[in-house]
Amino acid sequence: MSGTYLGMPAFPVAAKAALGNETLRGNLRHATHTIRDKRAKAVAELDDWALLREAGKQIKDHTLRHLDRYLVQLEESVTAAGGVVHWAGDAAEANRIVAELVKATGETEVVKVKSMATQEIGLNEALEAEGISAYETDLAELIVQLGDDLPSHILVPAIHRNRGEIRDIFRDRMGAWGRAAPEDLSDVPADLAEAARLHLREKFLRAKVGISGANFMVAETGTLVVVESEGNGRMCLTLPETLISVVGIEKIVPSWQDLEVFLQTLPRSSTAERMNPYTSMWTGTTDGDGPSAFHLVLVDNGRTDTLADEVGRQALRCIRCSACLNVCPVYERAGGHAYGSVYPGPIGAILSPQLRGIGSEVDASLPYASSLCGACYEVCPVAIDIPEVLVHLRERIADRGGKGHRLEKAAIKASGWVFDHPKVLAAGERAASLTRKLHPSRVPGGAAWTDSRDLPELPAAPFRDWWKKNRGEKNRGEENRGEKNDQGGKNNRGEGTAT
Amino acid sequence: MSAREEILARVRAAVADAPDAPPATRDYRTTHTAPERIVELLAENLADYRALVHRTDEKGLPGLIASLLADRGSATVLAPPGVPPAWLAALGPGITRIEDNPDSTARELDLVDSVVTGCALAVAETGTLVLDGSPDQGRRRVTLVPDHHICVVRVADQVVGSVPQAMPRLDPTRPLTWISGPSATSDIELDRVEGVHGPRTLEVVLVEG
Ligand code: SF4
Repeated sequence: MSGTYLGMPAFPVAAKAALGNETLRGNLRHATHTIRDKRAKAVAELDDWALLREAGKQIKDHTLRHLDRYLVQLEESVTAAGGVVHWAGDAAEANRIVAELVKATGETEVVKVKSMATQEIGLNEALEAEGISAYETDLAELIVQLGDDLPSHILVPAIHRNRGEIRDIFRDRMGAWGRAAPEDLSDVPADLAEAARLHLREKFLRAKVGISGANFMVAETGTLVVVESEGNGRMCLTLPETLISVVGIEKIVPSWQDLEVFLQTLPRSSTAERMNPYTSMWTGTTDGDGPSAFHLVLVDNGRTDTLADEVGRQALRCIRCSACLNVCPVYERAGGHAYGSVYPGPIGAILSPQLRGIGSEVDASLPYASSLCGACYEVCPVAIDIPEVLVHLRERIADRGGKGHRLEKAAIKASGWVFDHPKVLAAGERAASLTRKLHPSRVPGGAAWTDSRDLPELPAAPFRDWWKKNRGEKNRGEENRGEKNDQGGKNNRGEGTAT
Repeated sequence: MSAREEILARVRAAVADAPDAPPATRDYRTTHTAPERIVELLAENLADYRALVHRTDEKGLPGLIASLLADRGSATVLAPPGVPPAWLAALGPGITRIEDNPDSTARELDLVDSVVTGCALAVAETGTLVLDGSPDQGRRRVTLVPDHHICVVRVADQVVGSVPQAMPRLDPTRPLTWISGPSATSDIELDRVEGVHGPRTLEVVLVEG
């Protein structure tokens, strides 16, 4: 994985800086609480949720176990349907392939639907170096791109920006990229969305090349799936003459039928909707409808290394729903940028160090960016045991004779929350590990507080219940502030893209 | 070694000692909805996600479509070639029907006021319409670029309860578009705004009988 977030400080430093930013914390708290409450309702509508979650986990585990077979099958089906498959071992190779494909069309502009994989490999920057402009078309990605900023959430990348900031970015920057925003642009979300619509429509209507990721690829049929809300995805996937999809090799599902599981669990986990407004599925090319050329770039970039780790490989089940971000007390405090990676929050804390290796300061600090409270595991629609992987990665870092100890203390201090109270954390870790059926006599990496004494009595209630009860007063204060925010915004339903 | 061979070799080495992982057991439900509830649920869920839902029968359909277009003040309506002529038989004189011409540009399509299509099927539990590019649904872009989409659903044979019931009825070799309510974003402070790029208004006509 390329060092996308160059010059990023390690988690402790970045988290501490984020803590000082009141706007950021207010926006984050409002957003994560809104989405998580709605998600719980959407999930409760399906009384077989646990079975769907188990099926999703099993489908992904089976796919990963036989990934070679399914990759070859996918290649055959995509090729038979008129597509061309390319293989990229790392970010540089993927970027080179895409740049060459774009150049072969003679175009110097591409429109993009939001894609974590292309962010991960730094595709926009690589294309720019080749004289190709890549325009992000998801509203939040547009805000991030125009603001010369970094995304801070998987689903709502501009979650850290409020409407006033967005208005200023549009007014100051849109003109340099295409159709300018009106001089008197207000900060009403509908007006901001309209400005984006007009600015981007110009680009969609002339675009000859589109670039996407994919939420799923079906080995059996060669079908790719993109899940989104705004229609910018449909624009990028159907109007251009050439479509290039850049997808991580772990995004395969074996059969067409497998989609029925994820089309039920992804939208509800992600945007808390029964179904997101738009899902596009395409299989190669179709005469007279959509792009006449389709290229699929299959990207490894650290995934096979992750696959080789028997505990850590479960991170490859991730369907990027972002539910784990929205329940994470550390993410809520620190914000997405603190993780120094395109994958923030709990999933970022286990995925980024595995994809990139634990060599850098930021990657070595990420497995400590957690309270191990277990909320991320509970909401994960493919049952990734994030706390288990965090503990496992901490062990790996500690084994290296590394600075686990120091990192941990720093991360915990910087997060400045439950961590001001060692007993709370210890109880949380223990409760979490029991939930996972993981019974360490001492919490690995938790040595800072557990070295010289046994863990405290096991709390009867799960950690978050304990937290609510014991720190209820402070909590209530926060929730009240959250409610005030809620009343300010009508119709919160938390849509976004989930590619 | 090519990147392809290298990646496949790395995958094989990575899972060589991994425990067996058999195909998934599918003991989740195939539906959550009793058959007699399906149509009501579809209407409710479509409306919940801001689609405008209308109900009529074969006889009432042309009049309803004509009045929906007139109410909106549409001057042009595009209907793919497979749309039954009867659907548009009652249009007033102020409305011009446009053919879906494969040579027309996206820019020309941008000038069209409304589009009328059928669908492949509708999913009640999620409030979803699925289009598969059949002659009555047209190419993907016709339901994307214009700002107003009227989609006709034949209740008798096009409504299923759930996503698992929908999958076997769909043909993956066709381009598929699943539509659940109009285009929407909540990217600005999570305030919902409709119609960023796709149609701002989605009207669904459930035709019974
Ligand atoms: S780890 Fe699980 S909860 Fe987090 S984004 Fe991935 S699938 Fe969603």
